[in-house]
Amino acid sequence: MKLRSLLPGAVLVLLFFSAALVSYLWTPFDVTLIDIKSRFQSSSAVHWLGTDHYGRDMLSMLMVGARTSIAVAIVAVGIGMLVGVPLGLAAAANRGRFLDEFIMRGNDLVFAFPALLIAIMITAVYGAGALNAIIAIGIFNIPVFARLSRGAALSLWKRDFILAARAAGKGASRISVEHILPNIMNLLIVQGTIQFSLGILAEAGLSFVGLGAQPPIPSWGRMLADSQTLIMTEPQLALYPGLAILLTVLGLNLLGDGLRDWLDPRLRRER
Amino acid sequence: MKTINISRALVLALFVAGSAHAAKTDVTLGMQLEPPNLDPTGGAAAAIDEVVYANIFEGLTRFGPDGSVMPALAKTWTISEDGLTYTFELQEGVTFHDNSTFDADDVKFSIDRAMAEDSTNAQKQLFANIESVENVDGAAVIKLKTADGNLLFNLAWGDAVMVAPESVETLATAPIGTGPFIFKNWVQGSQIELEKNPAYWGEEIALEKATFKFISEPTAAFAAMMAGDLDAFPNYPAPENLAQLEADPRFAVVLGSTEGETILSTNNKQPPLDNVLVRQAIAHAIDRSAIIEGAMYGYGTPIGSHFAPHNPAYVDLTGNSAYDPEKSKALLKEAGMEDGFTTTLKLPPPAYARRGGEIIAAQLRAVGISVEISNLEWAQWLEQVFKGKDFGLTIVSHTEPMDIGIYAKPDYYFQYDNPTLQGLMVDYNAETDTAKRTEILQQAQKIISEDYVNGYLFQLAKTGVASSKLKGLWENSPTQANDLTGVYWED
Repeated sequence: MKLRSLLPGAVLVLLFFSAALVSYLWTPFDVTLIDIKSRFQSSSAVHWLGTDHYGRDMLSMLMVGARTSIAVAIVAVGIGMLVGVPLGLAAAANRGRFLDEFIMRGNDLVFAFPALLIAIMITAVYGAGALNAIIAIGIFNIPVFARLSRGAALSLWKRDFILAARAAGKGASRISVEHILPNIMNLLIVQGTIQFSLGILAEAGLSFVGLGAQPPIPSWGRMLADSQTLIMTEPQLALYPGLAILLTVLGLNLLGDGLRDWLDPRLRRER
Repeated sequence: MKTINISRALVLALFVAGSAHAAKTDVTLGMQLEPPNLDPTGGAAAAIDEVVYANIFEGLTRFGPDGSVMPALAKTWTISEDGLTYTFELQEGVTFHDNSTFDADDVKFSIDRAMAEDSTNAQKQLFANIESVENVDGAAVIKLKTADGNLLFNLAWGDAVMVAPESVETLATAPIGTGPFIFKNWVQGSQIELEKNPAYWGEEIALEKATFKFISEPTAAFAAMMAGDLDAFPNYPAPENLAQLEADPRFAVVLGSTEGETILSTNNKQPPLDNVLVRQAIAHAIDRSAIIEGAMYGYGTPIGSHFAPHNPAYVDLTGNSAYDPEKSKALLKEAGMEDGFTTTLKLPPPAYARRGGEIIAAQLRAVGISVEISNLEWAQWLEQVFKGKDFGLTIVSHTEPMDIGIYAKPDYYFQYDNPTLQGLMVDYNAETDTAKRTEILQQAQKIISEDYVNGYLFQLAKTGVASSKLKGLWENSPTQANDLTGVYWED
């Protein structure tokens, strides 16, 4: 029962990760080649999932699209973690003091802006592109990790082993890195998976409205946007990228749940 | 208070008409873009004319459905021997919608205002050759600086309509004209409503009410047509849906021509695009048929110069830029660019640009030219490309009629500077003989085609969708307009 959601989640995530990785080395067809004459083909031995409105191979598009989504989401979550976790730890170490208030109110401010709004702001200034999508989603992730690590760290600061470390003369920053961080790692990993799935959704959303990766780089969100007017005549063009987004996000959520159950010692004992 | 009385009378009339007979007398049209304001004499946006031209505002002359110049507020005119003086006899009994009368003083006011130093008219060049306008015994007399074969054509533009000094301040939001429709209401972001003008001087119109709804999303446009929320979408934005609409007996799809030369506009001052060999290489790398098929689903006519194929002076020059990737590579080599180069391609929102841009980028990549696509909103496009000239390539449809004259303006956004062509256009404007004018136009087409100023793609088709019972909409688009004067419902 323990692996109830861990296994299917891991399988789905692995599937899309490997598709993305393989696409770096090989795709069935070149996704930058446009061949209008062979557009709207249905599934065949040559084009497993058919071709899109420019005659590009759908399977290849989905593979490279997976790469775009995953790359954007991973880097964005990475930014969120790298900036957010130290902020949260610093806030917890200075609980109740000015720095704590400063960091957390700043967080609230950023948290109040939806990722889409940040993306539109960045785009208005620097133009659309995958990099700006990464920055927007990354900024959106910072307060999530800051809050989580502050909350978890606060409860740890009261524990005896921290008191022992302080008695041994360790400074606040050293304690944060050597004792607090390892103990909140499992929480961060679980939250990371969830944020990762949100990142995939955000990237798809930004690409859908044209603020994400620009053509000719394929992206699931833009594939959906492009197929909008064709949904009555060629529904498969919307179905495949839609399914890809759905299954990836589902897989990541299952994986996150499974990891939480698996990593949390209390839950493990209860079973 | 008079307007209130008029609208009361109208409501009553509608009620009576409605109870007596069920024939529909209102129409709802879909448009993709909302006009920024409603003053055709103070803005360049095509959407302004698409609402007000021939409906609210009229000029001395007007364009007919076939693009010919017809009399409007001027009943007749005479031209002096030397071609310098035009005397316009005006229609009688014409009033503006605020009940002020229209006379030759209004003509003088309108044209003087458009010509003025501080005028914000988007097409000021239309009036550049006018010396003066006077009211001579009720007739409007226009004196020209030099003989000009274009005057009647120029006066037919939406930018040359007649306005009254009493109402000129508020034209942008409450347009007052002489046309068969009165402006009623504008719900910003949604719709504009017009009502029949009971005091119209001309032939009575069949419609009592007209509504323009603004729907920018092609998917929403399709849904609105299907749901019956719209009676017509004169410039339907998604050609991929036309086959489906055509198969539906409720709708008729009408294909026509527009004045929209869709071009791969090239910054002639930006290296390496300032090299004619490079521009020629780009021209030969482009497969027009793939773009027309891929971006417009087959709707569009290939062009080889900046000129509409339905115009009698058109010459087919598509051969100058036939699809030939090998030749393109050879030309790049000759230009010292055998390793290719990188440039920008900035695309405004319409499907012809966004989809055409992706296809062109792939075609250019095949000959070694790499292109960075950036998708822009219209406001950004106008700022960066049209005003800022900060671009390498862009795709846009030039929808003004007979606009080859833009190639004689060296500071126009694509920055083509050729004294030969500039001289030719001066000759053209001075020439009144039709055969000679045609000859000059053909020569001009050849020059810009052989200079590969821009990549010439296709003439935009007018793809109109309307309820199959709605008659009288324009089939073609000789100017930016949705003329509703001849529109009626068939029982």
